[in-house]
Amino acid sequence: MRDIRTGVQLGGPAALVLGAMALGSLASRSTEIYFINALIAVSVVVAIYVFVGNSGVVSFGHISFVAVGAWAAGVLVVPVADKPATMPYLFGPLQDAHVGNVPSLLIAAAVGCVFALVAGLPLMRLSGLAAGIATFAVLEITNNILRYYEKVGPGLNVFSSVPETTDILQAGIAALAVIVVAFAYQHSRFGRQLRATREDAAAARAVGISVYRQRLIAFGLSGGLAGLAGGLYVHLLPLNVDFVYLDLTFITLAMLVVGGMTSLWGAVVGALAVSGLDSLLAEAENGLSIAGVTIDLPAGSRLVVVGVLMAAVLIIRPGGLTGGRELSLPRSRRRGAATTEGTRS
Amino acid sequence: VTHLVASVLIDFLRAAVEAQVQVDAIGQGAIFALMAVGIGLVFGVLRLVNFAYGQLIMAGAFALAFASDKDWPVWAGIVLCFAVVLALSTAMERVVFRPLRTQSPAVMLVATFAVAFLLQSVALVLDTRDNTIGQPAASLASLNRPWVIWGTDVRKITVVAIVTAALCLVALVLFLGRTSVGLQMRAAAMDFQTARLLGVRANRVIGSAVFLSGVLAAVVAVMLTVQQPLVTSTFALKETIVVLAGVVVGGMNRLLSATLGGFAIGYASGLLGGALPTAQSQYLPSFLFGLVILILIVRPAGLFAGRRGPVERV
Repeated sequence: MRDIRTGVQLGGPAALVLGAMALGSLASRSTEIYFINALIAVSVVVAIYVFVGNSGVVSFGHISFVAVGAWAAGVLVVPVADKPATMPYLFGPLQDAHVGNVPSLLIAAAVGCVFALVAGLPLMRLSGLAAGIATFAVLEITNNILRYYEKVGPGLNVFSSVPETTDILQAGIAALAVIVVAFAYQHSRFGRQLRATREDAAAARAVGISVYRQRLIAFGLSGGLAGLAGGLYVHLLPLNVDFVYLDLTFITLAMLVVGGMTSLWGAVVGALAVSGLDSLLAEAENGLSIAGVTIDLPAGSRLVVVGVLMAAVLIIRPGGLTGGRELSLPRSRRRGAATTEGTRS
Repeated sequence: VTHLVASVLIDFLRAAVEAQVQVDAIGQGAIFALMAVGIGLVFGVLRLVNFAYGQLIMAGAFALAFASDKDWPVWAGIVLCFAVVLALSTAMERVVFRPLRTQSPAVMLVATFAVAFLLQSVALVLDTRDNTIGQPAASLASLNRPWVIWGTDVRKITVVAIVTAALCLVALVLFLGRTSVGLQMRAAAMDFQTARLLGVRANRVIGSAVFLSGVLAAVVAVMLTVQQPLVTSTFALKETIVVLAGVVVGGMNRLLSATLGGFAIGYASGLLGGALPTAQSQYLPSFLFGLVILILIVRPAGLFAGRRGPVERV
């Protein structure tokens, strides 16, 4: 019975991703991009969830890991011949370096992970408000440096001549991989220890858990996953430094909150639900006709609706759409929550 | 490398002691201190960090831009600014903060984040309807002209900002110290549950704190539009992020330390902005937020937070 329950907890999110992949591959070219975006959003939100959901510490800084991942992958995959034109001020070794698509994604993940670990070394000593502001500071610093330091990337310009290799298959496989890693983590002893510190830091300390070390492990892991997502983004569209800044921070946090901050299921549901709504609204901004009725929203109203939705979910259901619980079979509820491990009581 | 660092540092210090840089930095510190008080007051009673504070200021700035577009007299614009900001902050408290009062700090933090982006996207939609980005608010522009005192350009707004900040702070100290509502607010900031048991009305205290912080937001809106007359949907966003960092760095638990933190970070950013060589000045946010991280690691409770003894939180 426990195996089934565990299987459902992994299978539910995975099935949603597979469903989105199937729908996306059936859709037309112009619609497919929405599905690809949604699948990358799943990766980003699950990455944030690995740290925020398991530790209970809000981080506004994860988009900086997405950004360094994008920068790492973007700089390395641009053909050497194109670099002097698009990124003339690069460091010498970077000018001559070139890797393929999949290695660049792995490097993006590695760079995100290392960056998160380095940033986490001092930051994970903080908690509560100080931690929130400090992660925000990381986002500001990363954005500021990537914006002006042209030895590591294109600065203010967009990443042009990056091969656009992110398709529905890659985005889907990456999302599945991220979900599996997040699932494995939260069922490992590290994940359980971190969740214990979330529920009661003092009690967790009393049984010998190092809050600092557990948070650092989660921060590094989620930084790696976020870096991978950044690599996917840079292969999807010519992005610049403003893409990986406040708006993406807001929308991914909104997804996590709308879905439910404390469960993997919530992260995936939130990412797909908000992405779906966002895509619909984006279409509506360009004039969308459903059954003869044309809806034409003014530009920018997308974020208004998402903002209202996020505030409304917080007020009506502070736990998010899923209540912050993992997916469970209807019958297993009767056995009582006390025996269900991995769900939030 | 050491030599380079040393020479940059010496250049920086030489530039930083110039009267011009000092005056501008103090002026910026004064405005940031007012914003810090607005954020700190609400934090005191609600334990809520209001990310949407900057959007209140932005709304006030739009009101001023609207008034100057309609050629209203200056006083009418300022009245409209106060009305809009106060209505909005009261509405925010009623609709969002009040239902979430019992939730965890993380949920409340994210909620104000949501409100901030909601207001900002509303402003963007309203702003770009006429296909131009930004509206000029020119009503008080004459304050931007300088007086020359001993060879230093002192812009009138700098003096106005420092005087206004001082007056607001004195008024606030009197209000908190001499009135019944002020006493109740201090009590609520110290221990909300006990204060309620002793007969302090939660809604009234929170309402007054939100009202006062709205007044300060309107004051800041008037002063910021003098310095940056072009009002866009991201008006005051950067400033708010910096002030939030400053407030946490100063110490959120007491209004005084929060205010000092706001002043300090405004002063520091004015100093860095005025004294950094041009090649480095684009990295001002990195220097500033690097400093923030550094201080938070050394003193997580806040730079100016008292170590021991009786703690007065508002």
